[in-house]
Amino acid sequence: MYLYSLTLQRAGGVVCATNGNFVGGKTQEIVVARGKTLDLLRPDDAGKLQTLLSVEVFGAIRSLSQFRLTGSQKDYVVVGSDSGRLVILEYSRERNLFHKVHQETFGKSGCRRIVPGQFLAVDPKGRAVMVTACEKQKLVYVLNRDAAARLTISSPLEAHKSHTITYSVVGVDCGFDNPVFAAIELDYSEADLDPTGQAAAEAQKHLTFYELDLGLNHVSRKWSEPVDNGANLLVIVPGGGDGPSGVLVCAENFVIYKNQGHPDVRAVIPRRADLPAERGVLVVSAATHRQKSMFFFLLQTEYGDIFKVTLEHEGDRVAELKIKYFDTIPVTCSMCVLKTGFLFAASEFGNHALYQFQAIGEAEDVEASSATLMETEEGFQPVFFQPRGLKNLVRIDQIESLMPIMDMRVMNLFEEETPQVFTLCGRGPRSSLRILRPGLAINEMAVSQLPGTPSAVWTVKKNVNDEFDAYIVVSFVNATLVLSIGETIEEVSDSGFLDTTPSLSVSLLGDDSLMQVHPNGIRHIREDGRINEWKTPGKKTIVKVGSNRLQVVIALSGGELIYFEMDMTGQLMEVEKHEMPGDVACLDIAPVPEGRQRSRFLAVGSYDNTIRILSLDPDDCMQILSVQSVSSPPESLLLLEVQASTGGEDGADHPASVFLNAGLQNGVLFRTVVDMVTGQLSDTRSRFLGLRAPKLFSATVRGRQAMLCLSSRPWLGYIHQGHFLLTPLSYETLEYAASFSSDQCAEGVVAVAGEALRIFTIERLGETFNETVVPLRYTPRKFVLQPKRKHLVIIESDQGAFTAEEREAARKECLEAAGMGENGNAMENGGGDEEEKEDALSDEQYGYPKAESDKWVSCIRILDPRTGNTTCLLELQENEAAFSLCTVNFHDKEYGTLLAVGTAKGLQFWPKRSLAAGFIHIYRFVEEGKSLELLHKTQVEGVPLALCQFQGRLLAGIGSVLRLYDLGKRRLLRKCENKLFPNSIVSIHTYRDRIYVGDIQESFHYCKYRRDENQLYIFADDSVPRWLTASHHIDFDTMAGADKFGNVYFVRLSQDVSDEIEEDPTGGKIKWEQGKLNGAPNKVEEIVQFHVGDVVTCLQKASLIPGGGECVIYGTVMGSLGALLPFASREDVDFFSHLEMHMRQEHPPLCGRDHMAFRSAYFPVKVTFQDSYSLLVHF
Amino acid sequence: MVAAAVLSVMGMGIFNHGHSSKSPSPAYANLPLRRPARTERKMDLKASDRFNINSQLEHLQAKYVGTGHADLSRFEWAVNIQRDSYASYIGHYPILAYFAVAENESIGRERYNFMQKMLLPCGLPPERDED
Repeated sequence: MYLYSLTLQRAGGVVCATNGNFVGGKTQEIVVARGKTLDLLRPDDAGKLQTLLSVEVFGAIRSLSQFRLTGSQKDYVVVGSDSGRLVILEYSRERNLFHKVHQETFGKSGCRRIVPGQFLAVDPKGRAVMVTACEKQKLVYVLNRDAAARLTISSPLEAHKSHTITYSVVGVDCGFDNPVFAAIELDYSEADLDPTGQAAAEAQKHLTFYELDLGLNHVSRKWSEPVDNGANLLVIVPGGGDGPSGVLVCAENFVIYKNQGHPDVRAVIPRRADLPAERGVLVVSAATHRQKSMFFFLLQTEYGDIFKVTLEHEGDRVAELKIKYFDTIPVTCSMCVLKTGFLFAASEFGNHALYQFQAIGEAEDVEASSATLMETEEGFQPVFFQPRGLKNLVRIDQIESLMPIMDMRVMNLFEEETPQVFTLCGRGPRSSLRILRPGLAINEMAVSQLPGTPSAVWTVKKNVNDEFDAYIVVSFVNATLVLSIGETIEEVSDSGFLDTTPSLSVSLLGDDSLMQVHPNGIRHIREDGRINEWKTPGKKTIVKVGSNRLQVVIALSGGELIYFEMDMTGQLMEVEKHEMPGDVACLDIAPVPEGRQRSRFLAVGSYDNTIRILSLDPDDCMQILSVQSVSSPPESLLLLEVQASTGGEDGADHPASVFLNAGLQNGVLFRTVVDMVTGQLSDTRSRFLGLRAPKLFSATVRGRQAMLCLSSRPWLGYIHQGHFLLTPLSYETLEYAASFSSDQCAEGVVAVAGEALRIFTIERLGETFNETVVPLRYTPRKFVLQPKRKHLVIIESDQGAFTAEEREAARKECLEAAGMGENGNAMENGGGDEEEKEDALSDEQYGYPKAESDKWVSCIRILDPRTGNTTCLLELQENEAAFSLCTVNFHDKEYGTLLAVGTAKGLQFWPKRSLAAGFIHIYRFVEEGKSLELLHKTQVEGVPLALCQFQGRLLAGIGSVLRLYDLGKRRLLRKCENKLFPNSIVSIHTYRDRIYVGDIQESFHYCKYRRDENQLYIFADDSVPRWLTASHHIDFDTMAGADKFGNVYFVRLSQDVSDEIEEDPTGGKIKWEQGKLNGAPNKVEEIVQFHVGDVVTCLQKASLIPGGGECVIYGTVMGSLGALLPFASREDVDFFSHLEMHMRQEHPPLCGRDHMAFRSAYFPVKVTFQDSYSLLVHF
Repeated sequence: MVAAAVLSVMGMGIFNHGHSSKSPSPAYANLPLRRPARTERKMDLKASDRFNINSQLEHLQAKYVGTGHADLSRFEWAVNIQRDSYASYIGHYPILAYFAVAENESIGRERYNFMQKMLLPCGLPPERDED
């Protein structure tokens, strides 16, 4: 099997982010690492984050940093990855790509303990960079510039210390003195040798300063001092005249200011009042804001609260450290404060956000200070606060992220043309069900009913220099309606257009005159109101028109073409006639190129399945330049000039090329390149768009020419980041469309469909899917479809959280307390209401209050996907949490379809995995599947992590036991079991009499059930230990799985073994009974192996396009979706394997990781070809 | 070349024995000391290497943390593997996120916990014999 791997949706989650001035100029950009991709984002003037560039690096990015050489105007990006190399990138504005300036190899590839890449620290003056591993190794590179002002990098200087774990590294700001790097380190060598445990108890973290002596070219340990043992993060304090220098050490519950020769200044981090005493408060991300006169830090804790930290200092002596509650936003992995007053918050899970500063926390709020630090016998006195609504920040934009995808299914529940992807995403209060539809989201601005069924619509400007359109012209079967665009859109009759006839085309001619083509002639409306009319000769009528600003070609019935040109005086003059062999199906002329008199090419489609290119040059006017035959008569033609870019905003400097697009009657879009000189056609491609013949229209997207194709659904062809993309729109079938521009909507589309006129804009360009979000309560685990009513049944569970009632009680208490304060402030009751409303939204923003880690909350939900309404929500009681579910039809059929849910009570992972009990609940669907009723619950000895229906019974994987249950009156009845699975069963699939069992640690086991002997036995298993995270049944002998290290693999039982087992009357049982080394007698073979580089959490076989082949779709923790498509022909396989080989040689990945090595990170890659690699050469 | 071979053995170790974070086992301390199998390493040696093999090994052991030696105890071996695993979890962000979802902690806290566990990943070392 040969597979082609394609990323459908790039990862949404962020690993790390850094901001700076990468483009050069005044703007601020953010570089974001999303695991395997590196993105460059920029907030535009409207405050929307735009992606300028997104590059796949084929490696794991672990750290990012930005630096600037003194006196330079532009920042560089340093990337620490798993490549064993340090890579310095520079953004090239001209070519819209990251240019690799330096790539320094220092170690083996992979995320290893002692290979640097985990942490990066840069000297604030850009003179040196330190790259550090988790343990032992630290390398320092000196950065400088040569005579030509190019960046140079030295060979590495070592600052290793063995047996030492590093927690965090930063470059200390010490002005232009020798660069100093600070690190939190822990030496474990003593603890490893001391069996009494004393050394381990005394192990002490140190803050160590490493000085790079630029004169001696040598790194030395300058200073090392014990630091709080909870220390986890360092933050640079501005120095060199701007501040006191030194570092902030963020430790559990404390922030400590430290510097060489300076006493510690310590303050506690305020705690949420409802936080259990056992939990500490850890800072997980930090950002610094610097201005000339002041600086402050924003530190975010693991609960999402942001604190503003300020230092009172005089010279380099720090007198006081203050920590003030700032605001609460969802927990981030990285925050960037932009100079323009924005805060970019890259959320750990769920959507990222861009906030604007309203204030900088000057107002009164809970504050902890080093001056008021109280030490008591039990330790330091904590400071408490209550989170509140946003005061200092206001959210202005968000970027969607599916991270983490917990479960996914591709189904066509809504009976649309393409199936929808249902994903369970997010965690805790931010979790959601997202329904993804392939296509761009649109924003409908207006829909108005028209009298009758319109057949076509156009927009025209009055003058070529106008910014906005003046008229919308709608044609009916026997009339034309003219609407003028102003504050409102209303019908006018003084436009000069003939309204008693249908129109074939309406456009601007010359600089300021209008043209209406109707079946009996051409009406030319001059700017001063004069009207010139050209009538068709005899009884012929005009059937098709092609025009641009200066040229018009009409096709008369019978196949005669007449060509008009506009002369110097603004008159439309007939130039040439040409007789075509038959009727003309469609026509198009390309727009007049800049600085030319005319466009050279006319494309004519005929009903004899051909498209001809005719010349319009005076020398060889109406000569046929080339002919292309197509599979079906063309319906619509469009000559589209695709200029990937002009070297401006984004995109490389490619010369424009002209593409001939043709919509054929069989629904195929056909595209070829037109040679600019000879008019020859080459490089043809075709794509099936839908069941109706595509009609093509020119549109404008981001100021560039784009194409709208209207088939059974609309498509948009446009340029995004230098690539031409053809993407469907998530909108209904349209009849006719035109671009639309007014002062309310710069780049819109006006279209007719049915009896309505619709105006809409297209949003979020560049995305593959648009999503509908249904919020959920807890982290979703799995879902199934209730087959009859098409409802979704979702199980959600969260560890360490309070149940809904407890939360409600706590909230009331808190509100009462707040209410008392309000009464004191003489607030009215209305204010209380408002607060409640705010509070209703708050869980998403603040997260649930933390409970002890052995508390669980969980619920079972029935959701109607069409309306997004929850019809039933059962909260599980008594610390139970649901982990698996399936629908099951027991063979006695008394109840019809039942729902089985596997739960665990009091589950704990630490210090040892333990639980009070496991249960299997059996529910009955009532009220037409809208609600659930518990039939009974059966206690089992472990967590039932997998459930599956099998031959009218229920198969359950309970720990290492596979058991078959039948339905009883009061409980489930054990029928048969097999205890021989290695660890814990996490997935069960069945097909005919075979059972495919996935073990958490040991891959797949193929089993069989013998009804006559009532026995379950394993006849084949895998020889590779795979930590299974997802599995899917492909065919009788084949399973697809994914492991937690990010590999996708397929295993297959070889044909002869499979046949042998099927033919054997004992079904291979005798062999099994002999037993071989605790394994099964047969082994499955691995046929596909591919490292995705991301934990795959769900797999499914599906077809995303109607009529398209089936492929395997996967979803990952980082929120990406991908597809593996099987190749149909040997030639494709050859082509792609060679293409991949050449790409590896000619275009090595950006961050220095070898492509082949990355795809083979854990096991050698087997027969899969690379996706985005070939995308690079797609156009 | 030897270094590469040894390290690849070490690298494989991470994944074959990667204990889930949920079940760190402090039980190693009580297990009897035993030599691990070292066949793979031997196969890679050539006759010419044998000359100064000891000095080479010592160099490797100093350079590459976790390189085994003849008298490696089961405890030391396990500690190395655990540390390698934790370092790998910390380095692979998706795995870290996966654990964070399972334990309902923030990713930052999860990373910190793993780093803390690198101090004593297998509990206290066993009592030494008389040597």
